[in-house]
Amino acid sequence: MPDIRRKYVIPGELIAEGNYRPVANVLRVGEKYYSTRVGMAEVGHEGVRVIPLSGPYIPRVDDLVVGKVVDYSAFAWEVDINSCFFAFLPAQSVFGRDYSPAEDSLTSKFAVGDMLAAKIFAFDRTRDPLLGLAGPGLGRIPRGEIVKITPTKVPRLIGKRGSMIRTIEMATNCRLTIGQNGVVVINGSPDGVLMSLKAIKLVEEEAHTADLTQKVQALLGQRGATA
Amino acid sequence: MTTVLLDDRGLRHDGRRVDELRPVKIEVGVLKNANGSAYIEFGKNKIIAAVYGPKEVHPKHMALPDRAVLRCRYHMSPFSTDTRKNPAPSRREIEISKVIREALEPAVLLYDYPRTAIDVFLEVLQSDGGSRCASIAASSVALADAGINMKDLVCACAAGKIADQVVLDLDDVEDKEGSGDMPLAMMPNFEQVTLFQLDGILSSQQFKQAFSFALDGCKRVYQLQKEALMKKYFGQGEPSMEESE
Repeated sequence: MPDIRRKYVIPGELIAEGNYRPVANVLRVGEKYYSTRVGMAEVGHEGVRVIPLSGPYIPRVDDLVVGKVVDYSAFAWEVDINSCFFAFLPAQSVFGRDYSPAEDSLTSKFAVGDMLAAKIFAFDRTRDPLLGLAGPGLGRIPRGEIVKITPTKVPRLIGKRGSMIRTIEMATNCRLTIGQNGVVVINGSPDGVLMSLKAIKLVEEEAHTADLTQKVQALLGQRGATA
Repeated sequence: MTTVLLDDRGLRHDGRRVDELRPVKIEVGVLKNANGSAYIEFGKNKIIAAVYGPKEVHPKHMALPDRAVLRCRYHMSPFSTDTRKNPAPSRREIEISKVIREALEPAVLLYDYPRTAIDVFLEVLQSDGGSRCASIAASSVALADAGINMKDLVCACAAGKIADQVVLDLDDVEDKEGSGDMPLAMMPNFEQVTLFQLDGILSSQQFKQAFSFALDGCKRVYQLQKEALMKKYFGQGEPSMEESE
């Protein structure tokens, strides 16, 4: 896409002047657009946006997250989703609508310390995120190696239409579950897990550079296997 | 023996010209456990800034429903001065913590993080004059490193008066022996001042000169902050042309 202009920016840096749509991490003052984060600014048809290189995970509805159960009450589990907010998984979404605190025990499903893959069911700035387990592949994660990356680099680890994750999975024979909150679960043989860890570390360190898929392929000893 | 603050060649006691900054070095991401961090050497000042957050507020009643609370702690280590400093927070440190917080607040987009807290810790390992300015410069870089939405970086520098002459960036000796100190912090891209203090008496002419000296000093500090962030995040790499997701 030749008509997208990119540049590295820091907070307060002027990205563009004119009439654009501020998409993400951009502050508009009159006709001027300033970055609010350290990252890569893009000016194109869609508008002005900054892809940040660091920062916390802010939940969004429908995000897949990997979290750890830290507590439970009579009605919900409290889950640490690597964010500034703890998420809640209501008991009703697991036991069904006829859940009764007197009859069902929350610990029979998930105990404190369990890892979960879940979707953000509801979230806005006035309340804590609510989780849901409806969907394929969601629920307790019984095994796997857990690694954390910077949440803002998750899109790079997934790659364009999942190209990066496919590259790593095929080369290492592992299964990767990537939460939008930056928690990744790797399942596979010990050697494969080690290779995947190396690849993930490379993506984390060089997320802002070009030809990342090729670099990962080179690391994993693969020659142009995926487009 | 009294110190000659300004000699007949117009040089200061450490050999600087009146409008010269002390050597400044900034390093980003020095602490692994903090969400964002920076280390600054501003002359003989050595300060570490660490940012934790946004995170849940404890105690919970302190949380604000519509925005984040910014909390700052400026602390001087007992070994940072020539005679041991009591590590308990002094009146001066409490006040500096407050002015640093107020200097950073206009730059941080606190409304993007409702019901959370952002903690900024500043530890002075070695002190020289102008540690509040150095702390502000370091903490705004640390906030940017933590990936917190900001309107602009905040840069800071002081001007002052020694031997009836306006000078830029006072060190400890000049601060004690001189007759005026004027710390200034600003958001350089918006040309907005976020901290302005003055102790001492300046004529209106001197004030104008000191203000323009300090502005100029701030802009030089900003360039160094920018370089430090660019170096940490981008090194030598080319902007990526790949699409993600």
